[in-house]
Amino acid sequence: MRANTWMGKTRVEVQNVPDPKILNSHDAIVKITSTAICGSDLHLFNGFIPTMRKGDILGHEFMGEVIETGSSVRKLKVGHRVVVPFPIACGRCGACQRGLTSVCQNSNPNAGMAEKIMGRSPSGIFGYSHMLGGFAGGQAEYARVPFADVGPIKIEDDIPDEQMLFLSDILPTGYMGADMCDIAPGDVVAVWGAGPVGQFAIVSARLLGAERVIAIDRFPYRLQMAKEKAGATDLINYEEASVLETLEDLTAGRGPDACIDAVGMESHIDVGPLHAYDSAKQMVRAETDRPHALREAIMACANGGVVSVIGVYGGFVDKFPMGPFMNRSLRMRTGQCHVHRYMAPLMERIRAGQIDPSFVITHRMSLEDAPRGYQMFRDKKDNCEKVVLSP
Amino acid sequence: MGKSDSTSQLVDGLGLFSLGLGTAQLLAPGAVNRLVGADDHAMSRVVMRWLGGAREFAAGVGIESRRRADLWLWARVAGDMLDLSMLAAVLASPRRDPVRRSRAAIAAAAVVGVTVADVVAATRVSRNGAQNGEAGKAMSSVDAKAGITVNRSVNEVFAYWQNFENLPRFMAHLQSVEPLGGGRSRWRASAPAGAEVEWEAEVTDERINEFIAWQSVGDATVENAGRVEFRPAPGNRGTEVRVHLTYRPPAGKLGHTVAKLFGEAPDQQIRDDLRRFKQVVETGEVVRSEGTPEGSKARRQLFQRPAQPVTS
Ligand SMILES: NC(=O)c1ccc[n+]([C@@H]2O[C@H](COP(=O)([O-])OP(=O)(O)OC[C@H]3O[C@@H](n4cnc5c(N)ncnc54)[C@H](O)[C@@H]3O)[C@@H](O)[C@H]2O)c1
Ligand SMILES: [Zn+2]
Ligand SMILES: [Zn+2]
Repeated sequence: MRANTWMGKTRVEVQNVPDPKILNSHDAIVKITSTAICGSDLHLFNGFIPTMRKGDILGHEFMGEVIETGSSVRKLKVGHRVVVPFPIACGRCGACQRGLTSVCQNSNPNAGMAEKIMGRSPSGIFGYSHMLGGFAGGQAEYARVPFADVGPIKIEDDIPDEQMLFLSDILPTGYMGADMCDIAPGDVVAVWGAGPVGQFAIVSARLLGAERVIAIDRFPYRLQMAKEKAGATDLINYEEASVLETLEDLTAGRGPDACIDAVGMESHIDVGPLHAYDSAKQMVRAETDRPHALREAIMACANGGVVSVIGVYGGFVDKFPMGPFMNRSLRMRTGQCHVHRYMAPLMERIRAGQIDPSFVITHRMSLEDAPRGYQMFRDKKDNCEKVVLSP
Repeated sequence: MGKSDSTSQLVDGLGLFSLGLGTAQLLAPGAVNRLVGADDHAMSRVVMRWLGGAREFAAGVGIESRRRADLWLWARVAGDMLDLSMLAAVLASPRRDPVRRSRAAIAAAAVVGVTVADVVAATRVSRNGAQNGEAGKAMSSVDAKAGITVNRSVNEVFAYWQNFENLPRFMAHLQSVEPLGGGRSRWRASAPAGAEVEWEAEVTDERINEFIAWQSVGDATVENAGRVEFRPAPGNRGTEVRVHLTYRPPAGKLGHTVAKLFGEAPDQQIRDDLRRFKQVVETGEVVRSEGTPEGSKARRQLFQRPAQPVTS
């Protein structure tokens, strides 16, 4: 089959690879109909996540049709149309039973590797490094899906792929970002990053009752989408205005009740006076996380508020404002999304017309064009917000 | 033993160096900036204070407190790279006067030295950590311990382990365990280069739903003993399982290969065995990925296939 593979830093290549086959009795093989490029893939592309190997198949947002099932699969049948959640979860361990599927205790065969870097292992993830399992990903014609009765959600009707695809990752992720904010009436929520994840965090914060939602980014087309499609009430272009001052002003000195970091480890740093920092930036880029948006979120947050981190971090951060965080009674909530628990309710919201997630799609390409898609999405060229690939 | 002592001295030294450099950067960033030849204006002082000082200080405290020292040491290595890059920026900058440059070069040389020392220490601590800090004794006796919580009742978990025939399903090196009656069993394990080791073992002590202890008998190539304990985890969290294994490989060539086999990160091996145990009891089988088609296995984690469908 054809598959998009990681071939080194900033290099992906569509190659011929063997077709997947069942390895465990709980597996299913899915023929992929739609797959997408995620902001998390950019961290792999840019070489920030350790333990990638040349030839690894990328991709963790995909859907398609079941064409084969292992001997222990009961619910899923050949012919079913499914969306597959990006974390792999067994459904039986203590974590899964508490709904924390992205920290499933059984789905990472390379847990020992993850422990070296993170202390304890999270779940396995499709196409996301060997430390997170070494699972082949879904930017391909076919994928093997472990624990087929636990993850994939069935689509009963012929609602188009584009409305359902993002149940695999970014819609639940944005939703969890807002959910973790425990939004109460009157709350003001600020969202750093107007990428696809940020857009869905904005949509969700509105759905969950936020009074105002402030989108922060530097790309006007992304900010415009946040306002016109996602429902942001206010916008801050951080290249034109100071984020902290504007938030201060918008909330009359209180600060946002909740701050969502939908940027992650490759935060862009624009603060002019931090000139000396800029010279270190190149190397910081190569070795550790750049938590600029996170620092800003902590500094901005209202006393007693929530900092909700859905942007991905890989290792260690410097200059973490622990003093402000502790002294002002802030809370931090975070995690790779526990996609499994949000899929069904969000599918209902899509069917009920409360959300049409397809608004983020700006580019549709063939799987063969994946390398171009990665470049374009990474460089935010051609007003690119989200790329969907068809095998 | 000597090697262990010098590792420990090296670790202490680096910890103190970290605390020292960290404190200097926190208290007198201007001086450090002038020393490395960076611009000594207010902003770079603030940056140096936070970026460099706080990190060095944190790494120093981490090493001294000895909790997972290997992690902190690797963080130090990463931190050194950052310092090096800052210095590289200073060195490369065309505006620098020669005096500043040579100062930066001296600092760079010092940091390069520290980086090398950090890498050495991190590698050693990681390795010793894996062997319970018993680097000197590793060849004569291997001692491994690990624990895991299984989301099943003590009854079920105990019963699964008590049936020794199940052990090869999750213990990576075992090929088979054959019951011989009367608490005795015959164990077969694979050794490197296709060799096989065999021995007989007997259960030496056992209390239902609490523990099982066993030991090799007669002239086993690898004298070994094991004990596994079961305890209900608090708040219906299943069963806590704790395992303690000891191997005493003999001298000679076979002993050496066997020691190598079992001695390679024994704690990691037994943790991986327990992970497979949990997978088997909770989900019915060992979880496999394309990169690790045989499931959790210490060696496999070092030698990954690319994450592409398996052909054979
Ligand atoms: N937690 C999860 O389960 C999960 C799931 C999917 C994605 N993610 C993560 O979410 C993050 C965003 O993903 P995406 O697909 O939207 O990516 P993206 O690259 O499209 O979006 C990131 C956005 O952040 C903006 N940004 C950069 N620096 C900023 C700053 N200092 N302040 C404000 N905005 C800034 C960029 O301009 C960009 O628009 C990534 O880190 C990704 O890995 C997490
Ligand atoms: Zn993703
Ligand atoms: Zn699980």
